[in-house]
Amino acid sequence: MNASTTERWDEFMEGIWRQNPLFVMVLGLCPALAVTVSAVNALSMGLATTFVLTCSCVLVSLLRKLIPKEVRIATYIVIIATFVTVVDYLIQAISLALYDALGAFIQLIVVNCIILGRAEAHASKNPLLPTLINALGMSAGFTLGLFALGAVREILGAGTFFGIALFGADFQPWVVMVLPPGGFFVLGAWLLIFAAIARRRQKKLAENIQNA
Amino acid sequence: MHESAAQIFINAFLANNFVLAMFLGLCPFIGVSGKLETAVPMGVASTFVMLVASLCAFGINILLAHLGLEFLRLIAYIVIIASTVQLVEMVLKKYSPSLFRALGIYLPLITTNCAVLGVALFQTAREYDFVQSITFAVGAGAGFTLALVLMASVRERLQLSDVPAVAQGTALSLMLAGILSLAFMGFAGLGG
Repeated sequence: MNASTTERWDEFMEGIWRQNPLFVMVLGLCPALAVTVSAVNALSMGLATTFVLTCSCVLVSLLRKLIPKEVRIATYIVIIATFVTVVDYLIQAISLALYDALGAFIQLIVVNCIILGRAEAHASKNPLLPTLINALGMSAGFTLGLFALGAVREILGAGTFFGIALFGADFQPWVVMVLPPGGFFVLGAWLLIFAAIARRRQKKLAENIQNA
Repeated sequence: MHESAAQIFINAFLANNFVLAMFLGLCPFIGVSGKLETAVPMGVASTFVMLVASLCAFGINILLAHLGLEFLRLIAYIVIIASTVQLVEMVLKKYSPSLFRALGIYLPLITTNCAVLGVALFQTAREYDFVQSITFAVGAGAGFTLALVLMASVRERLQLSDVPAVAQGTALSLMLAGILSLAFMGFAGLGG
């Protein structure tokens, strides 16, 4: 791998791990908690957000020299709202059941802070290719995060994974996990795990520095 | 199905609390709930924006339906909300600069508060009439304020207690929100 490919890979991985929108920056919580009662819902929400985030960032990046600075936020929001409308009608056409399950939260992608944040902090300052990579990395990180939440909640709360029963007939589902409080608890638990890993790493790093 | 105004209010305020049962408006809920003195004005400002947005959304919806342009609904709503927030910002800046500074970045972020857009979208989806829409907006705003105040009070207490270092910050706030949410499930069915 030559230097620029490594750099691009780094930029992609940044969204997945070091700056994961869900677990590190804690943005976009509303859809993350509301729709993740099952792995399928979580994944579809992730894909819908991926589409909106990537398309909006690409368009913002292409138009970055044309958009006057004073009205940039309003312009970004209108761009995002346009793509969300597209996704809204698209999901409605593909699967009505999914559309009913996600409900108003498809349209609420408009106010997902991740998208506006990316448009403002990255896409408005960078040319097309880095923007595209960054947007894809962020979306992948967000989708993975949603999936991690949805899978845990579905397994614990319903005893199924993608609708397939895991534990046999005697399993007593832990219903609270698919109810609203479960969303808070599972995300809190994930954050605890990541905080513990980060602390252990820092400790090791500090020890290495001391030893050296 | 016809819901009375009281039912709508109780539902939005307690039984289906916007923050704790429907997961709307979580960003300010986690972000601004550190101190009680910023939580209350934030709640009131959001409630005001919700009310104005709900009124405008009601009018715009009739207009768009009349013209057959329903697909523009989302874009129209978000523009209305953004302008209302701008208005609130200007008023606050003029009459209470200290509050304006305390709320900081979270004030313009009301625009991206999903609770506000949520009010506009849900009232359209449920086909509320004029009075129902207003009640719904006020109930949602009151519920948002209530959740914010509760959370801020708990977190102020928490600063005095001994918490494991790993759990500090957002993880702990989320766990607390989960417990609050459990408590609010006790209101289920209250709105009929």
